Amino acid sequence: MSRTLHAEWTKLRTAGGTGWLLLAVVVLTTAVGAAVAGSATCHVAGGCGQDPAKLSLTGVYLGQAVAAILAVLAIGGEYGTGMIRLTFAAMPSRVSVLAAKAAVVTGLVLAAGAVASAGSVLAGQLILPGHGLAGHGLAGPPLSLGNGADLRAALGSALYLALIGLLALGVATAARNSAAAIAIVLGLLFLFPLLTATVSAGAWRRHLEQIAPMTAGLEIQATANIRALPLTPWQGLGVLAAWAAGALLLGGLALRLRDA
Amino acid sequence: MVALGTHQPELSAGPRDRFARLLRAEWTKFRTVPGWIITILVAAALPTGFALLNMGQCGGCTAPLTGPGGGAVTDQFSFVHRALAGNGSITVRVTSLTGLYSSSGGGESAAGGPLAQNPTAGWTPDVEPWSKAGIIIKASTAPGSAYAAMMVTGSHGVRMQWNYTGDIAGLGGTPMTASPRWLRLVRHGDTVTGYDSADGTSWTKVGTVTLTGLPATAQAGLFATSPVHNIVTSQSAIGNSGTGVSTQDTGTFDHLSFGGTWPGGAWTRDDVGDTNGPSGLDRFRRVGAGFTVSGSGDIAPVVAGAMGGGTRIEYAISVGSFAAVIAVGVLGALFITAEYRRGLIRLTLAASPRRGRVLAAKAIVIGAVTLAAGIAGIAIALPVGLAKLRGGGNQILPVTALTELRVIAGAAALIAVAAVLALAVGAVLRRGALAVTVVIVGVVVPYLLAITALPADAADWVLRITPAAAIAAEQSIPAYPQVTAAYTPMYGYYPLAPWAGFAVLCAWTVAALALAAFLLHRRDA
Repeated sequence: MSRTLHAEWTKLRTAGGTGWLLLAVVVLTTAVGAAVAGSATCHVAGGCGQDPAKLSLTGVYLGQAVAAILAVLAIGGEYGTGMIRLTFAAMPSRVSVLAAKAAVVTGLVLAAGAVASAGSVLAGQLILPGHGLAGHGLAGPPLSLGNGADLRAALGSALYLALIGLLALGVATAARNSAAAIAIVLGLLFLFPLLTATVSAGAWRRHLEQIAPMTAGLEIQATANIRALPLTPWQGLGVLAAWAAGALLLGGLALRLRDA
Repeated sequence: MVALGTHQPELSAGPRDRFARLLRAEWTKFRTVPGWIITILVAAALPTGFALLNMGQCGGCTAPLTGPGGGAVTDQFSFVHRALAGNGSITVRVTSLTGLYSSSGGGESAAGGPLAQNPTAGWTPDVEPWSKAGIIIKASTAPGSAYAAMMVTGSHGVRMQWNYTGDIAGLGGTPMTASPRWLRLVRHGDTVTGYDSADGTSWTKVGTVTLTGLPATAQAGLFATSPVHNIVTSQSAIGNSGTGVSTQDTGTFDHLSFGGTWPGGAWTRDDVGDTNGPSGLDRFRRVGAGFTVSGSGDIAPVVAGAMGGGTRIEYAISVGSFAAVIAVGVLGALFITAEYRRGLIRLTLAASPRRGRVLAAKAIVIGAVTLAAGIAGIAIALPVGLAKLRGGGNQILPVTALTELRVIAGAAALIAVAAVLALAVGAVLRRGALAVTVVIVGVVVPYLLAITALPADAADWVLRITPAAAIAAEQSIPAYPQVTAAYTPMYGYYPLAPWAGFAVLCAWTVAALALAAFLLHRRDA
């Protein structure tokens, strides 16, 4: 297994786009987060019920698309070039190969995600006080990584990105076509919240929010008004983990049952 | 994968023939890949699938009142009227416009008790900016009937308004005893002309409007109405939430004079539509030589928004159109990147060395195929989705057939141009997954951010400059400057006009195609 892991690490490390994609995760997440923080304002004396951590971490919306590409290309690229047959000839245990890819993708995205979310929160700390949005509500503590809830939001966002990577890896393994895989992953992520935004019915909407991978998963960023959420932050991340596990399971089954 | 047999160079073929062959070659490439045919069918079916997922329920929603133009309208006002037979005129001087805000928020006055002594208990003096009082000629007292009116407003000066959506500004300022406003309406046939004046001698024409089907005997007289005032109670990162409080206004009139035939001498006061002002207040009083008329409500088009009012037709298809964008994005990208992956591009370019023409042929084929799929998909999804919404008790805001066609065409065009954008981005990046992601992040994500996560200013900004601006092509209910409402993307109002928003997507696509053509020439295939 360690040799498989090493082989996958070498492949992903030496692939042309990996470094750029990891950089893009960090830059896009932080830049969009900072831009959103810079455009938010609150002029109401009683505070705006705002969630400074969630606001600062808005860039994850875009960062996740890049994390998904990275993961999709980790296996889709091999299918595209036919390299996958060589991989399986060298390492016949296909599930081990998938596990090794999953481990490498998780490690890389987690590292980039941690930098991205720490950078986003720091940017929010610098920008938000100038817009009347320094603290959690009126009397709450200011946004800071030293604050338990904010730290959970930041670390959770890194975990969220890693889980998106695993979901994308599983889908790409099953779909075998990179373009189709990324479309399925981004469709799963973005179409659910579009649907919930247009559905007015309470119970049906709440169920959709509970099962949607992105909506549920991003609850890990919530630091205000948590009781109103359809799930607790960690339950939400758990829903996304279940989606990722399901996708990996599907991918693993497809790997075992199909010709490469 | 490809049947290039149809593409046989002939020395005699002119440039037009050669391009026609190129188009046929690209069409053959498209239709002979079973996976792509399946994908285009899926793209056409997705809008209907998503339309069926809309479980929106509305218990007790009532059908919206419609005006002469077919759109949903509000028609609630206090009307002191007489019959006007045939042509005639009405002139009046307005010396003040005052108003009251409900302090309780709901506008419900307690019956009996202190009300008898103080009819305005629970109300504080203030004038709603769009409070209206003046003169009106209306087809009948039935809510929703045609009208033309000259009015003073809380803070928007004198206006001439007609048939709910029409609005022309007249003199500025608010009427006071020292600077009153004179208003006049003249009916001639089915046209009504409005005049205003500051002194009652020199008159300015504000506008002439045609009220189709105005009966020979119309109802004309004084009116007053004042809309629900939206108060921001909390502000969040993505928008403001508020409550509405009822308001009432009172116009003070004198120097009332008439021209023409006014059969039946007595004035009648009616509440047209439901009103919600203080119930104990006398809404029509004679004060010396003049009158006061008080009213609450509005005479205006209904706009969608936080205050409800109804469901816009594009609700049935907007999510589905984005789902189709994702599906056709894959097709557009793969239509070129698959050739790079297989090395087929070298054969294609060897057969037709003019690379720009190859790109053009591909763009035309993918654009035409996705447009056909988009039109079919949306044209089916819209009635299916509307039936589903109506089944849930939702009231759909009525629109004209032309608007409905524009919504279908706009959504289908959004789908087709997004596919061409994907093709162009695919030709630039030469990686299918990257191209698909760029298109989704450009077309879908800005809209999602705008309606869920962005502050209002940032939301408007992204929907002006990103390809997602094309969502404006699906907007069915226009915003009216004379109606105060939350005109935000969340409620279906976009910063650009429908075709301007679509033009932004087209501009991005043209730029991407130009870059792709340039790189296709510059780079080795």
